[in-house]
Amino acid sequence: MTQYLLSVHSVEGEARDPMTDEEVQQFMEGVGVLEEEMKSAGAWLFGGALHEPDTATVVRVSDGEVLTTDGPFAESKEHLGGFYIIEAENLDAALAWASKTTAAVSKPIEVRPFRHVSEA
Amino acid sequence: MAALIRVFGDIDVAEDAVQEAFAVALRRWPGDGLPPNPGGWITTTARNRAIDRLRRESRGRELLSEVGLFSPGNEDSGTSEEMGPVQDDRLRLMFTCCHPALSTAAQVALTLRLLGGLSTKEVARSFLVAEPAMAQRLARAKRKIKAARIPYRVPEEHELPDRLRPVLAVVYLVYNAGLSSPAEPSLCSEAIRLARILATLLPDEPEVAGLLALLLLTESRRASRTRPDGSLVLLGEQDRGRWDRALIDEGQAIVRRCLRCNQPGAYQLQAAINAVHADAATIDQTDWPQIVALYDQLLALAPTPVVALNRAIAIGEVQGPAAALALVDELDLDSYHPFHATRADLLQRLGRNSEATTAYERAAAMAPTDAERDFLRLGGRASR
Repeated sequence: MTQYLLSVHSVEGEARDPMTDEEVQQFMEGVGVLEEEMKSAGAWLFGGALHEPDTATVVRVSDGEVLTTDGPFAESKEHLGGFYIIEAENLDAALAWASKTTAAVSKPIEVRPFRHVSEA
Repeated sequence: MAALIRVFGDIDVAEDAVQEAFAVALRRWPGDGLPPNPGGWITTTARNRAIDRLRRESRGRELLSEVGLFSPGNEDSGTSEEMGPVQDDRLRLMFTCCHPALSTAAQVALTLRLLGGLSTKEVARSFLVAEPAMAQRLARAKRKIKAARIPYRVPEEHELPDRLRPVLAVVYLVYNAGLSSPAEPSLCSEAIRLARILATLLPDEPEVAGLLALLLLTESRRASRTRPDGSLVLLGEQDRGRWDRALIDEGQAIVRRCLRCNQPGAYQLQAAINAVHADAATIDQTDWPQIVALYDQLLALAPTPVVALNRAIAIGEVQGPAAALALVDELDLDSYHPFHATRADLLQRLGRNSEATTAYERAAAMAPTDAERDFLRLGGRASR
């Protein structure tokens, strides 16, 4: 079994009408169903949606000092909307979960394998 | 045959080897004379060729174990009950090399390296890429297979249509690479070999048969495609006596079988078009209306500008160059040199010579091989 990160990518400024209350509810239900499926299949490890990038804070070391900055790491058009960490037999299984996720959230999903502790 | 089957335990390997041995015999014996023991010669030659092939394949399997694909418990049971171990491995290997998570370039490189047993240098040369770049491409692909855990298996029934597409596309690409690089004609036979394996292992997939038929029919004309100096010979000028009738017969038989299946697909239709050409004793006897009808179907299935272009050429043969040019001019294919070559030919036939010359220049500037460039520079078929 391998662990995979399924990250949800949002492109800022994508022309989209704000969702109606009904659409929001449908969205939440779809995501809820997906997460239940992942949990019963034993694939779910952790996951969730993130707040907007402007709620972020970056901490880094510079000249021996720890600096704290307001805002996301990269001022880019694209940002991380959320993620799931799943456990799957192989890439095909991980991609199957990713297909369901992208269908549920209508955003592209990147699938990346975690390194095993023993690997370099 | 039986002796070889006993030695290798594999009917396909034995059959291929014997066929190749006979082919060599037919080439050499008329000139060299019969060897003292023809039967023994065939057996020995066949055995050596089979050993070569298995060596290449086992090299492929060794390479695969580098990628961690041969560990037990790493595969589905899939169809392993119905197939022998050698065929099962080859099929799994093909689907793994052509996994959609890999880029097309990586798929082709891996297929040639692991299934074809070509060296990295040979693969690099076939695609006109520097060897270190190809080595890197292969290494990256293998790393991805290992790290992301691309599974070593034949896809399930319901996954097959999507998964088969890149496999067939890769085989087709390999064949075309062999056509266009005179240095590597062995890629053509390699592609046909892979197509035959696929057709044997997936007898219920008509597009697999369609691809094999297409390759066989294209291959039947390969010897007459180019002159000794490397220049191209148009279909209409090819010496049809030099077309390989055995390949044509085999290809046409497959096409007929596919027609009975009645599950048309792009490869089957392209094969059928080639089959119609093969039926004509001379270019003038070509059943162009039949070809147009096939292109109509192909365009419906694969509505691409290139298919539309080829259909327009056929329409030109039935309705004349003006009708064809009208269709061609609607297409957006400015960076595709056959588009300009086609326009040039049609303009020439309509007597619009200065426009034809401009179009030929355009086409020649983009031509991918010297042979094609020279042919176009000289004004295409009018130069003959």
